Amino acid sequence: MEKKNIILLNGKETAFEPGETILDAARRNHVDIPTLCHLKGAASTGACRVCVVEVEGAGTLLAACSTFAAPGMVVRTESPKVVQSRKATIELLLASGNHNCAVRGGDGVDWTAFQLGVQAMDKTEALCPVWGDCRLQELAYKYQVNGERYPKNDTCYPVEEVNPFIVRDFSRCILCGRCAQACNQIQVNNAISFGSRGAEHKIIADGDFPLATAECVFCGECVQACPVGALTEKKVRYRHRPWEVKKVRTTCSYCGVGCQLELHVKDNTIVKVQGADIAPNHGSLCVKGRFGYDFVGHPDRLTKPLIKENGKHREAGWDEALDLVAKKLSEIKAAHGPDSMGVLTSARITNEENYVAQKFARAVLGTNNVDHCARL
Amino acid sequence: MTNPIEDIHASEVILITGSNTTENHPVLSAYVKRAVEFKGAKLIVVDPRKITMTKHAALWLRPKLGTDVAWINGFLHVILKEKLHAEKYCAERTVGLEEVAELVKKYTPEYVEEISGIPAADLVAAARMYASAPAASILYCMGITQHACGTDNVKSLANLAMLCGNLGVRGGGVNPLRGQNNVQGACDMGGLPNVYTGYQPVSKEDVRKKFEEAWGRPLSPNNGLTVTQMFPLAHEKKIKALYIVGENPMVSDPDLTHAKHCLEALDFLVVQDIFLTETAKLADVVLPSACFAEKDGTFSNTERKVQRVRKAVTPPGEAKDDWWILAQVATRMGYAMDYAGPEQIMEEIGRVTPSYCGINFSRIEREGIHWPCPNTDHPGTPCLHVDKFTCGLGVFHAIEWTPPAETPDAEYPLYLTTGRVLYQYHTGTMTMKSEGLNEKAPECFVEVAQADAERLGVADGEKVRVASRRGEITARAKVGGMVEAGTVFLPFHFAEAAANTLTNTALDPVSKIPEFKVCAVRMEKAA
Ligand code: SF4
Ligand code: SF4
Ligand code: SF4
Ligand code: FES
Repeated sequence: MEKKNIILLNGKETAFEPGETILDAARRNHVDIPTLCHLKGAASTGACRVCVVEVEGAGTLLAACSTFAAPGMVVRTESPKVVQSRKATIELLLASGNHNCAVRGGDGVDWTAFQLGVQAMDKTEALCPVWGDCRLQELAYKYQVNGERYPKNDTCYPVEEVNPFIVRDFSRCILCGRCAQACNQIQVNNAISFGSRGAEHKIIADGDFPLATAECVFCGECVQACPVGALTEKKVRYRHRPWEVKKVRTTCSYCGVGCQLELHVKDNTIVKVQGADIAPNHGSLCVKGRFGYDFVGHPDRLTKPLIKENGKHREAGWDEALDLVAKKLSEIKAAHGPDSMGVLTSARITNEENYVAQKFARAVLGTNNVDHCARL
Repeated sequence: MTNPIEDIHASEVILITGSNTTENHPVLSAYVKRAVEFKGAKLIVVDPRKITMTKHAALWLRPKLGTDVAWINGFLHVILKEKLHAEKYCAERTVGLEEVAELVKKYTPEYVEEISGIPAADLVAAARMYASAPAASILYCMGITQHACGTDNVKSLANLAMLCGNLGVRGGGVNPLRGQNNVQGACDMGGLPNVYTGYQPVSKEDVRKKFEEAWGRPLSPNNGLTVTQMFPLAHEKKIKALYIVGENPMVSDPDLTHAKHCLEALDFLVVQDIFLTETAKLADVVLPSACFAEKDGTFSNTERKVQRVRKAVTPPGEAKDDWWILAQVATRMGYAMDYAGPEQIMEEIGRVTPSYCGINFSRIEREGIHWPCPNTDHPGTPCLHVDKFTCGLGVFHAIEWTPPAETPDAEYPLYLTTGRVLYQYHTGTMTMKSEGLNEKAPECFVEVAQADAERLGVADGEKVRVASRRGEITARAKVGGMVEAGTVFLPFHFAEAAANTLTNTALDPVSKIPEFKVCAVRMEKAA
């Protein structure tokens, strides 16, 4: 019994695999341990201490994300000591910046003054841009804490909006380090790191320049990794709240990697794209997949069939256009034979549509003159 | 790809050639970077341009344009001479090694250096590194295929992988990276002149019979024409009508001026697309279609994985699904196509296509399946050729190097090569609708080596005129170390300075792919 790979997790015997952390074993067995800084696929840093658990025999609480499971370990994930510690941690984080969602109390002095101050910095009357989509807010609700006991730390940074895709607001940064890990260990772009300017720690792009001028390739991995409102998408800020959108899983339409996307849709419009946590991309995307969706609802889209008359296109109804195409193709087939015609199908359309296109060429026109432009 | 994307993490050596992976397949490039930086894999990059991947490479070889067969033969030479090859694997699973061994005798590192400019010692080191790995993966892209000898290049890479026993093993493989999202699917579905779905030849009697029965029409036994053959025939008035779905050859075709004449010579041109592209402007009838976010269906990615596409929003105005439009025309021409929707079409695909037989929408609801998947109990095939080659024995091909179709001379003294940039995609019809992407890559540029720039008196950011035997364009010079002296690079996304005004239409005799990657140009400062 002793040597078997089993831990006692909240009183229940739980098997673990060699090399698994307490967090891994718990997650695989559907026991929830909250985390903030832990990022799947990257090395654990143990920076936030939200994931602490009580391990019998250990002098202090241990971080579940960076403590390996060992045979016979007795682990409690929500004991009074654990809960007390998490509350304190969350409280400090809430007090550390412009966390002006409803869970945050005042700054120990005056709630209204605090709100007005933050709103002035944000240049909006709306609450935090990620209200409803924030790990810190979620945890604060879960553990019923607010930051009232501490004065707000007044290290404040101006919001950085110089690059076309990402807004960086370090007044909301909780220094969890996930963005740097996402950039360096997942995408391996090495554009940002934990650095410091003067006395304060801060996430910096190459030598603390604004993101637009550094190594950054705007994959947005850091934004997706940020658990709070410190990194947000420029096009998304204050445009919608998470509960207003419907999410649709689909496949990226740019390159052949075939990343899995989650399209966020509001009022028949795509308002945001995130990487889905499944193969082949496991949450990652590139700049095209994440930010290149404006073409979908673009005003230049074709909305009606067009027929050319005297060298100019005019709008037409479907029946007229389809009948014209059918008539013309039938005439040419009759006069010059099937092999006087060709179909170019496409690497952009679906399998089903390609199938129908080549069947159309072969069975309807009667020719094998069918190809696509991928060799180009 | 012979191997799944996730396999890259299991490779000990990765050889990338003719692929600017970080720009064109960014998420896949992250697999490579992670393997190198955190899992101890070694990276060999063989590329004329100083692409970002070279930063992660243990070895970077910089061949002259169009010398791929030569350096690959050089690898084979070194590996055979030093007996680093997988002898047992070659003996049991392949044929044709003797001829190859004979041919590559003359491709000594010194001879290869003469042709390719790769220092002999570097070639030897790279060949040893590749051969030393229990599992080595080769990744390649258009830089290998878009040559008059593209088919030879690909076969040569297969020789190399087979020689070291790297096909059919985890972390190995010869892995083409498909540029456009559903190239794989378009080919799988028979969007090719010589095969039906699943690469079943149109010239094979029993295959044709099967399709004639399934479709209820007599079918032509003759191979059809490729796009690169159809265009000139249109010019000669032998092709009278073209029906183009979702493509923009007026930016992507080689020698654009000629392409325009070809399309204008047609009696009837139908274009079905989401925007009024350069090609659609020439059409007699333009049919508005729905884009990926507006329809249901599947794409097959570069690793042969069939994944769902789902409708998230409704198409604008009266735009319709591409399959619906085609089915309507078919029906109006007297051939009834009354599909209820994509799911039903996929069922028909499965009935006529052995490799897609086990794939249906309910099985891929959560995650896609890699074909071949012969029945609905089959889990799919992420890795090809595991115990034996799909077609029996692996065949080696003895291939001689031949120079590119067009080489520099007194009048056109520079090599031109073309490619893509991260922030734009193909002909730009989609990416150029995004302000952010345009801000990052607003206009065409030409990469020039410092030495050439000095000789021509051109400074970084100045406008230059680039001319070939086929046409000329103007673009801003980007002076730096990306290309070697004697070579310039142009991205091909930009219609107003279309690189393909310059490129050569010389075709690979087998694949009919044009030689986009090499042609001769001259450059001067624009007035
Ligand atoms: S967008 Fe990508 S490259 Fe840029 S900092 Fe974020 S993770 Fe790094
Ligand atoms: S910006 Fe976000 S992800 Fe990065 S350290 Fe701050 S809170 Fe964490
Ligand atoms: S997100 Fe980028 S890497 Fe992924 S499929 Fe789309 S274009 Fe390719
Ligand atoms: S999640 Fe474990 S320390 Fe932050």
